[in-house]
Amino acid sequence: MKWLVEFFSSGIGKKLLMSLTGLFLIIFLVVHLAGNLQLLKDDNGQSFNIYAKFMTSNPLIKTVSYGLYFFILLHAVVGILIAWSNKQAKGKGYAVSASSPNTSWASKNMALLGTLILAFLFIHMGDFWYKMKFTDLLPYVTYDAEMGPIKNLYARTAEAFSDPLIVITYLIGMAVLSFHLWHGFQSAFQTLGINHPKYSPLIRAAGKAFAILIPLAYAIIPIWHYFNHA
Amino acid sequence: MDMKLNIKVWRQKNSSASGAFETYQVNANEHMSFLEMLDVLNEDLVSKKMEPIAFEHDCREGICGTCCMVINGRPHGPNAGTTTCQLHMRFFKDGDTIVVEPYRAKAFPVLKDLVVDRAAFDRIIQAGGYISVNAGQAPDGNSIPIGKERAARAFEAAACIGCGACVAACPNGSAMLFTSAKVSHLGLLPQGEVESERRVSAMVAQMDKEGFGMCSNVGACEAECPKEIKLDNIAFLNRSYFKSKFKGREA
Ligand code: HEM
Ligand code: SF4
Ligand code: FES
Repeated sequence: MKWLVEFFSSGIGKKLLMSLTGLFLIIFLVVHLAGNLQLLKDDNGQSFNIYAKFMTSNPLIKTVSYGLYFFILLHAVVGILIAWSNKQAKGKGYAVSASSPNTSWASKNMALLGTLILAFLFIHMGDFWYKMKFTDLLPYVTYDAEMGPIKNLYARTAEAFSDPLIVITYLIGMAVLSFHLWHGFQSAFQTLGINHPKYSPLIRAAGKAFAILIPLAYAIIPIWHYFNHA
Repeated sequence: MDMKLNIKVWRQKNSSASGAFETYQVNANEHMSFLEMLDVLNEDLVSKKMEPIAFEHDCREGICGTCCMVINGRPHGPNAGTTTCQLHMRFFKDGDTIVVEPYRAKAFPVLKDLVVDRAAFDRIIQAGGYISVNAGQAPDGNSIPIGKERAARAFEAAACIGCGACVAACPNGSAMLFTSAKVSHLGLLPQGEVESERRVSAMVAQMDKEGFGMCSNVGACEAECPKEIKLDNIAFLNRSYFKSKFKGREA
């Protein structure tokens, strides 16, 4: 076991954790988006509400979601730890700071971007997840006698996204996520030791496309609701 | 062409002094190297009974890696693939103010003025240890079977002169580019493969112990490296380290 302790206390070991949890979160982003795009369906929320009911009651999904919370926290805690000890390792900075060519702003501000994402996640979970699971604030709807009344999360979403302040918060959150992914996506592969003249250009291009398209698709949801219900 | 320059340079008596910038005027010309310009400035300071600026230099031809300094915020100055000793004054303009600072990283403490202690690099190399294959005399061409592409990659990595610009440029003070260059130049060759698992593990442990930061894959090291060592060496280092820890039989 000594080797494993040694591995995870090494810098490269800690970075492997960042890379694997980061890639897991990237997959989660796709799954979560696929579910949420049902909010754009023209059925007054029926399919989204049934999906939300399923996601909060299916035992397998529940287990996976605890794994997800754990990985987000692990990614955040290790990330902040890395950023803190890297700051110590740099020590005093330069009087003249000239940015080296070919370095992105995002790559040097991952901890700031990550902390903003974490803040966004708390707001986001408070808006929906907390209200759905721990309060009785949500109205009920019945689509199917057998299923009985279920919570109308769609109505809560429509209400939240009629507030311009919440819409703007979400747009900022997605912009921040986009920057984090702009660097993070390809960085995770380099950390895994994958750097190859054939595949790396593809990975970098896919990372940039992902960093733009996924946050953009998420951002459409609050914008669409704002203009459809305001 | 003659040029009058203002040199704003970091002066620090010793490793425990706090240090501050001083500005000096110097008359240089465009044919001088950056170090020759500093020589002229130092002669002037000595003639005025002032303490000359301490800076390291040896080969003055871009191969020893000692001429460490940060010029206008960039290690070894503004040009790609160039050491300070090979940087010519024609890349500056008459009347310029040039800011010269020592490398900044916790593992490279400032000893005096622009001189930093880079012994941490030596200790990383020492941790790497020996190669048990007796390399002997230069072997006959093609007597060791190795592909051209692999030999070229090892050779490119071996070009690292241990100057530390990678650490100086890195916002995390990370030594991953240097260590990865050493690990790939040995690990890619059959002679170095024998000890490769032990070597990677020991060098990474030493690198962490010296207080270098972790790699965020920013890429400033590659951009500033005078020998243009590539980031794919870092991926190779990561791969070798995973292999050493997970596949290696040491429990
Ligand atoms: C959905 C949310 C998130 C995704 C998809 C994500 C994804 C990633 C990926 C792929 C990386 C690259 C890993 C590597 O370089 O090997 C990364 C790095 C990083 N993440 Fe996240 N992340 C998310 C949220 C967060 C949060 C909440 C924090 C909180 C502080 C954070 C902090 C960091 C830091 C500091 C790094 C850079 C580590 C380094 O290379 O020095 N991330 N992230
Ligand atoms: S990798 Fe490049 S910058 Fe770093 S020590 Fe070697 S030659 Fe210098
Ligand atoms: S003095 Fe030797 S590399 Fe510059």
